[in-house]
Amino acid sequence: MNSVIELPTRREEAWRYSRVERLQGENLDDWRIIDIAEGESFRDTLLIADGPDTRPTELHRWRVTVGEGARCELFAVLSSAEYARLEIEVTLKQGAHFELGGITVGGRETVREFVTRVVHAEPEATSNQTVRSVHWGHGTGNFLGNIDVVRHAQKTDAAQDFKGLLLEKGASVNAVPQLEIFADDVKCAHGASVGQLDETARFYMGARGLSPDLARRLLVQAFLGDALVAWDDEGARQAMMQVALDKVDKAL
Amino acid sequence: MLKIDNLHAEIDGKKILNGLSLTVPAGEVHAIMGPNGAGKSTLAYVLGGRPGYEVTQGSVEFNGVDLLDLEPHERAAAGLFLGFQYPVEIPGVSNLQFLREALNSQRKARGQEPLTGGEFLKLAKDKAGLLKLDPEMLKRHVNVGFSGGEKKRAEMVQMGILDPKFAVLDETDSGLDIDALRVVGEGINAIMRAPDKAVLLITHYQRLLEVVKPDKVSILSQGRIVQTGGPELALRLESEGYDAVMAA
Repeated sequence: MNSVIELPTRREEAWRYSRVERLQGENLDDWRIIDIAEGESFRDTLLIADGPDTRPTELHRWRVTVGEGARCELFAVLSSAEYARLEIEVTLKQGAHFELGGITVGGRETVREFVTRVVHAEPEATSNQTVRSVHWGHGTGNFLGNIDVVRHAQKTDAAQDFKGLLLEKGASVNAVPQLEIFADDVKCAHGASVGQLDETARFYMGARGLSPDLARRLLVQAFLGDALVAWDDEGARQAMMQVALDKVDKAL
Repeated sequence: MLKIDNLHAEIDGKKILNGLSLTVPAGEVHAIMGPNGAGKSTLAYVLGGRPGYEVTQGSVEFNGVDLLDLEPHERAAAGLFLGFQYPVEIPGVSNLQFLREALNSQRKARGQEPLTGGEFLKLAKDKAGLLKLDPEMLKRHVNVGFSGGEKKRAEMVQMGILDPKFAVLDETDSGLDIDALRVVGEGINAIMRAPDKAVLLITHYQRLLEVVKPDKVSILSQGRIVQTGGPELALRLESEGYDAVMAA
């Protein structure tokens, strides 16, 4: 028997830029639960790439609890599916650390997005989120990042950094940083910017012999590199980067 | 080697070059001097093929090829090097990666085998040594965090690695202290002084020309060459100024 699900609406901030019509038939209550015990380190990756197993809608919802002094690192590349979304809810205990490196790339009418809610629930926890989006055609990249610092979570150090690179007119990115801070001795930094390829750099590279395609590839690689810089496994990092770069090369 | 004939160029509809003609044969270092706004940098950019610089009339022939018909990277592969007055910073791309890709792109376009990582590294270190640039700086991102002088040295290291046939150097001496000026000047001599190479050296000052001795000096004013002479012309400009020399 089919159960009737109620789709979210774009009035809800977390779904504002999404393709909610693509959620039909998806289980919105399906959360992956990740509990990281005190002092442990955890790392995981999500790669949405072109392939036979990739569905038109890729909805991933992860609920993470990072125990006292524990560390959680998540790295994700969203480069396929008509609509790809990684939604992460993180609760940080005392002295815990959360690291997110995210990349979205896409063209046509695709939407690829990260939606995060990081709750600094106890003192001295740190978090760092870096998302880079490269889009063309009528592709859209979104980063809705919520940071909540509760009243007693003093010495919180949270950072959120988003940059979008639009390769063609018609593409768009949306950045929505939301910081709710109820403690008074905290550091919370956020930045968001959108731009296009640096034509001066492209000419400079051309003047040294790089073709326009190769120059673009190097510039895009440099741009995306920031998102994965915290990942110390170079081989795995380069493999993920390759997927993103190949996607751009194939499309343009 | 380079033959510019009646070149007219404009930016955003504003005429900058107005019938510039100049021939630089192989083996020659030709200095271009001229007051601010004369069109010196425009000439450099037009030769390099910078977008936005529109050639409305005239021709540029480089080793028998119509240079204006080529894209910037094709001009580089044909052997043209443009030394920038303000070298561009490229965050996230290391000098080594950039230059290896650049050199191997040029080699590929010329039908040559690419250099291996080891071969390239040795070449890069040799050229950095020639310009007295710390080879460690080659690991850093292109021109990011470099001082003005370091950028200019790095430009010449790039020139050494790419080994062009013809270099257009746009105020390579600006931003250099006295010692660095000598190092850069001697680097230009070492890399470019050869019977089959030539240099167009754009400068404001005589100082660089004491190290890189030009065979000819031309004055560029209001978008055209108004006077050409030997090295003594630069000395006269230094002592008398543009107005006096051009009025004579």
